[in-house]
Amino acid sequence: MLELIVISTLNGILFGMLLFLMASGLTVIFSMLGVLNFAHASFYMLGAFFGFQISRWLGFWPALVIAPLLAGAIGAGVERFGLRRVHKNGHVAELLFTFGLAFVIEEVVQIIWGKSPVDFRVPPLLDFPAFTIFSTNYPAYKMFMLLVSIVIFAGLLIVLKKTRIGLIVQAALTHPHMVGHLGHNVGRIFMLVFGVGTALAAVAGVIAGPALVTQSNMAGLLGPILFVVVVVGGLGSLPGAFVASLLIGLVQTFAVSMNGSLAGAFGPLSPDYASTWLADIWGVTIAQIAPIMPYLLLVLILIFRPMGLLGTRDT
Amino acid sequence: MSEIASHIAPPLPAAADKLKFYGLWVAAAAALLLLPQIFTSGGSLTTFSLIGISIIFSLSYNILLGQTGMLSFGHAVYYGLGGFLAIHAINIITANKLPIPLPLVPLIGGLTGLLFAALLGWVSTKRSGTAFAMISLGVAELIASSALILRTFFGGEAGISANRTKLLKLFGWSFGPQIQIYYLVAAWTLIAVIAMYALTRTPLGRMCNAVRDNPERVQFVGYNPHTVRYLAFCFSGFFAGIAGALAAINFEIANSAYLGAVQSGTVLFATYIGGVGFFIGPIVGAIFVTFLSLGLSDLTPVWQLYFGLIFIAVVVFAPGGITGLLMMHRPLLKAGTLTQMLPSYLIALVPTLAMIAGLILSIETTVHYTVNPGDDSHIKAFGVSFDAASPYIWAMAAILLIGGFFVARKTWTWVGHAWDGVTSVAREKGIAA
Repeated sequence: MLELIVISTLNGILFGMLLFLMASGLTVIFSMLGVLNFAHASFYMLGAFFGFQISRWLGFWPALVIAPLLAGAIGAGVERFGLRRVHKNGHVAELLFTFGLAFVIEEVVQIIWGKSPVDFRVPPLLDFPAFTIFSTNYPAYKMFMLLVSIVIFAGLLIVLKKTRIGLIVQAALTHPHMVGHLGHNVGRIFMLVFGVGTALAAVAGVIAGPALVTQSNMAGLLGPILFVVVVVGGLGSLPGAFVASLLIGLVQTFAVSMNGSLAGAFGPLSPDYASTWLADIWGVTIAQIAPIMPYLLLVLILIFRPMGLLGTRDT
Repeated sequence: MSEIASHIAPPLPAAADKLKFYGLWVAAAAALLLLPQIFTSGGSLTTFSLIGISIIFSLSYNILLGQTGMLSFGHAVYYGLGGFLAIHAINIITANKLPIPLPLVPLIGGLTGLLFAALLGWVSTKRSGTAFAMISLGVAELIASSALILRTFFGGEAGISANRTKLLKLFGWSFGPQIQIYYLVAAWTLIAVIAMYALTRTPLGRMCNAVRDNPERVQFVGYNPHTVRYLAFCFSGFFAGIAGALAAINFEIANSAYLGAVQSGTVLFATYIGGVGFFIGPIVGAIFVTFLSLGLSDLTPVWQLYFGLIFIAVVVFAPGGITGLLMMHRPLLKAGTLTQMLPSYLIALVPTLAMIAGLILSIETTVHYTVNPGDDSHIKAFGVSFDAASPYIWAMAAILLIGGFFVARKTWTWVGHAWDGVTSVAREKGIAA
């Protein structure tokens, strides 16, 4: 039992940090541009596939640097030549633009790399068990993922709190017009933030690619969870996104490792209706409903705290 | 009092306007009746049925997006649940020999959609704007994933099927042949379209528009925007359920794909490409997108990519959709200056088409090298054969794409100037653009 708790906590924090790598970019982009980038998970996927391709040509370590830069450049281009054009048509048009973009990116990835998973392997340097805990080997690569996410998280925090550009970004989060009035090139800041945000998603993609499955549907699988994170945390709230990322990471990881069901808990009662179509609800295990846990959490949050955990503003 | 009322109330429509209005609906009904006489093949009947279903679904979606300003990424939930309940209803009716004929089954689907919209809608419509969009996505994922867990009810991956011909027969119609299904779909389409049009004319319909345009002022007038959004959501769910039930009857099966993100995305594409600003927009979009998806899939293996690109092009260049583009020209038509636009349109069309041709060539060549690299390089796309390995084709694609882009950009600025001139002429004649 203790083994399960320790391993699940580690995995949960790892998944949560990965989610936060993406959610942080998404939140900052949303706060500044007012548009929720529907294609954010697609940049995560692009990062994974670029990482896979570059690691074939040059090795994993160059890929870890080049792939996010590449994805970030594409992201900046999307903001400069796509979103800025659509901006005059309102937020719905912007959201729809990124929705169409997500659709196109998935199609392009399918055309180039196919529909089946690609063979993106953990680099040999990290392919060993980091430590053994209660007879379970914990892979070093997962520790590396955790390390990278924490380093980036810390770097992001320092940049936001201690540097000039961070101050401007923070100001633009709440008062974008005022920042413009003060003479900053808001357009360039937007492009930069969009590029950095998508690059962060791509970093998550590169480091998650070898551990999870690198496939053309990975954006579609992760995207909705990502949006749940930002809504649960409170749209536009960075601390909220952090809390929600960890929460959802932990909830989902713990749910996967649990096997209880209503039938297991109240088995001896065995009511008659347990044999009708309600049998599904009766017999389903917690592990089986793990994929819908984030969405259940979303509905609960909406009922009891519509603004999100740490959200303050309505959009 | 009566004087004030006559000032506020719009004037009663003249007899000619009334005739035009009702004539339009009668003409639509007549067209629906005559269509199968002109296109008799089974394939076209299936296509028409699909279009009818798509029209109801898209219009129901536009109650949310176009009229109340709610962008939903999960509308297929109500469509799919309507479909599943319709299949279950057919099975139950057949098993118990209940005296319910097939034409009433879509109503069951509609009521299912209404019920679930009423259940899920109150929570979903608490927020508007981006938050609503994300919530609708989350709820859709919740239902779609649950459908795979609740296997007995939703039939897992395979779905559940039914036999539509075993119900109580009215006038000897068994609803086995596609032509009878076509008439069923056509009748429901007409009813649903009239009902949804009528809805836009009610006070509720007008309040929906107000909520879309300025929810704060709606509160000042004493309405709760949340309630208005919720009511619109319920109506939308009802009509989506009807569409889903018709689809289930048409295919005699309902599976988890009905509820899925692809279905939600398709209805969003159809509605937006058609145009959300006008009632007729989603109808145009449904027809266009159905033909496009049927036609493109024959022409090229990567039709979904083109589909996405068309959608992006509409979002960027024509946010009003197809109907928005056409309606822009109405003042010019009235002012009689439309012909002055034609030359600049024709000039702009040439480089634009060249650019599109270049884009298609490059996409198809890339597809040849990435998807089936070992195959013969003489490929055929959009009915044109060419050699994907030939450097001439590459050069041509590059020239068409890049050259076309720069020339097209230039010519479209000219179109913009011509447009400004022509609309100002129309405005001088007193016709508002």
